[in-house]
Amino acid sequence: MYRYDEFDRRFVDERVAEFRDQVERRLTGALNEAEFKPLRLMNGLYLQLHAYMLRVAIPYGTLNGRQMRMLAHIAETWDKGYGHFTTRQNIQYNWPKLKDVPDILEALATVEMHAIQTSGNCIRNITSDPFAGVAPEEIEDPRITAELLRQWSSLHPEFTYLGRKFKFAVTGSEHDRAAIKVHDIGIQIVRGEAGEVGYRVLVGGGMGRTPMIAKELRAFLPKADLLPYVEAILRVYNLHGRRDNKYKARIKILVHETGIDAFRDQVEREFATMDRAAVTAPEGEMERIAAYFAPPELTEKPSAPVAFERMKTLDPDFAQWVERNTSAHRVPGYVAATISLKPIGGVPGDATAEQMRAMADLAESYSVDEMRITHEQNVVLPHVALGDLYKVYRGLAAIGLEAPNKGLVTDIIACPGLDYCALATARSIPVAQAISKRFASNKRQREIGPLSIKISGCINACGHHHIGHIGILGLDKAGVENYQITLGGESTEDAALGQRLGPGFGYDELPDVIEKIVDIYLDLRQGRRETFLQTYRRVGMEPFKEALYATAD
Amino acid sequence: MPRLIDRLGPAEDIWTVLGAEDPLPSSGSVIVALERLDEALAAGLELGVHLPNDTDPERVKPHFDRLSLISVDFPSFTDGRGFSIGHCLRALGYEGRLRATGPVISDQFDFLLACGFDEVLLPDSVAERQPPEHWAAAEGRITLGYQRGLAGRGSILDARRTAGDG
Ligand code: SF4
Repeated sequence: MYRYDEFDRRFVDERVAEFRDQVERRLTGALNEAEFKPLRLMNGLYLQLHAYMLRVAIPYGTLNGRQMRMLAHIAETWDKGYGHFTTRQNIQYNWPKLKDVPDILEALATVEMHAIQTSGNCIRNITSDPFAGVAPEEIEDPRITAELLRQWSSLHPEFTYLGRKFKFAVTGSEHDRAAIKVHDIGIQIVRGEAGEVGYRVLVGGGMGRTPMIAKELRAFLPKADLLPYVEAILRVYNLHGRRDNKYKARIKILVHETGIDAFRDQVEREFATMDRAAVTAPEGEMERIAAYFAPPELTEKPSAPVAFERMKTLDPDFAQWVERNTSAHRVPGYVAATISLKPIGGVPGDATAEQMRAMADLAESYSVDEMRITHEQNVVLPHVALGDLYKVYRGLAAIGLEAPNKGLVTDIIACPGLDYCALATARSIPVAQAISKRFASNKRQREIGPLSIKISGCINACGHHHIGHIGILGLDKAGVENYQITLGGESTEDAALGQRLGPGFGYDELPDVIEKIVDIYLDLRQGRRETFLQTYRRVGMEPFKEALYATAD
Repeated sequence: MPRLIDRLGPAEDIWTVLGAEDPLPSSGSVIVALERLDEALAAGLELGVHLPNDTDPERVKPHFDRLSLISVDFPSFTDGRGFSIGHCLRALGYEGRLRATGPVISDQFDFLLACGFDEVLLPDSVAERQPPEHWAAAEGRITLGYQRGLAGRGSILDARRTAGDG
């Protein structure tokens, strides 16, 4: 894991002191509310429906036990005892007091964490693959690149007052678990013709009210050119992105309106004329960062230890959990274990202080003191030996986090919606809870197979409904909540935007509607291996439409 | 309240901003709008130009040697186009005085300096609440940044190399 050196430490300390001063100047009136707002946003502080919300950055979703304990401590000391892990691998606290925030930031700094640029019209937390450094097919750990970008984008003097928020995601594998095609800039680590490592750069993806799949800007960028190249992109965006309409201010609109080829010309022209050498990371910096991400030394172990196999036979629930919630590791005898934060009927992504501490314990004892937050709002223990897996499972069961539902119908992503968010037009958490309860049976979930449901409480799409296999968008229709359903969305390398099923449904109808959609799929699929998405892609929207709206005529 | 502030503190503004209809004076230092630049260049005055923040910086490049001041418009402090314009003007070789004109705030002072600006000209509404002490305190509040190739504050990336060598 990356560790701060003296410079990183001073930077964050100075930033906390600056925010403390900003809060004071707000209280004396030197800063008015309009001026204070972007400043607090860039320190992670939002004003929600009932209270302030503080969003803390977890760079590329990686954290250690000590950091997780601090998150628990903050939840208990300054909030209501829990936190909410987000789709951008961060954590949010829903009830902090403004006056406490500088203290919270100071506490975070003691464990090398911060809330810098987790909000506001600036470059946000750089997200990445939760299986970075673990996945067998990976070319290079994407967190090295993400960390370089994190540093470069922190308080960038030129790019901190952008037209709109700006999100990067980086993947080191062909199989995309970082949803790079729905980010402002998506970076894929690839090999060039001579086998050298470089980047494929995508631009202009995003969700919100105008969802778009990112387009390829550069098929191959030499590694050393990364910083000047992204600087060129940001400069073109900052100068030419629309500022007249907040909803048209993302780079996806600029790329769309300019056309990808003309946009590329502008970027390449800037890249060609700028002083690249002045911007490039100096020799050795990438290597310095890379050293922190050197894979932990794990000794190879048997891939089917006897005790482990025996426990699977003795405890079928454990066997199910292993089958569903663990993923391949590049070292034989190890897996990455996903802790589902989606217990049946729970709030997706929420964890109590007690659960956070227990996860920290497990990470320290059994996963080289590392955890990852995923964009599906779960937690990963990346390096667990098979022989330790049962202990991990029992530990999770003790805190109610042993749901064997990774990637299944109850592994739902939901934004905060009307329960917290000032922009919401409908509830989203209770919808997730109701659907989760409806599909509570593990047997039934496994029968249904991989199926992602994603729920947003308004058109801003924080719940990523556009890329859910089933997407649910909560709207307000003459004062009544109305939910639009989309089908066929997908977030990985074959990313697609969901298509609208038809007129929306009422809040109370939702669990039935979702169940019906699932039943139609089960009916139509060709064999048990055909997933919901495959069936949908084969048969299209019609059968679903017919079944859902036919009776209404 | 002083409205013009630079690294050294409050400064006296020697420049006259010429209105759209005002006749060109025969001497003195005037800032003209971009539309009147050609006219003003012919008059042989000490010249500054005010650029709206959608101006292509290349537009004024041919006149760099005749311009003692370029003022970049910041219609609001959240409209950050001016940061890139400042950077581009410097990258294109402009060496004269660079001014940010508009309701920017002291928390942006370091960023402005890093993008090549020398001074800010504030409207009264901001100047009243943000006295020169605030600007002095803001300068260098974050000692080193992570970026390279900027004016003003130094780079952590370079400092690491130096520290590593020592
Ligand atoms: S999608 Fe809408 S309701 Fe949900 S968190 Fe985003 S802004 Fe709030």
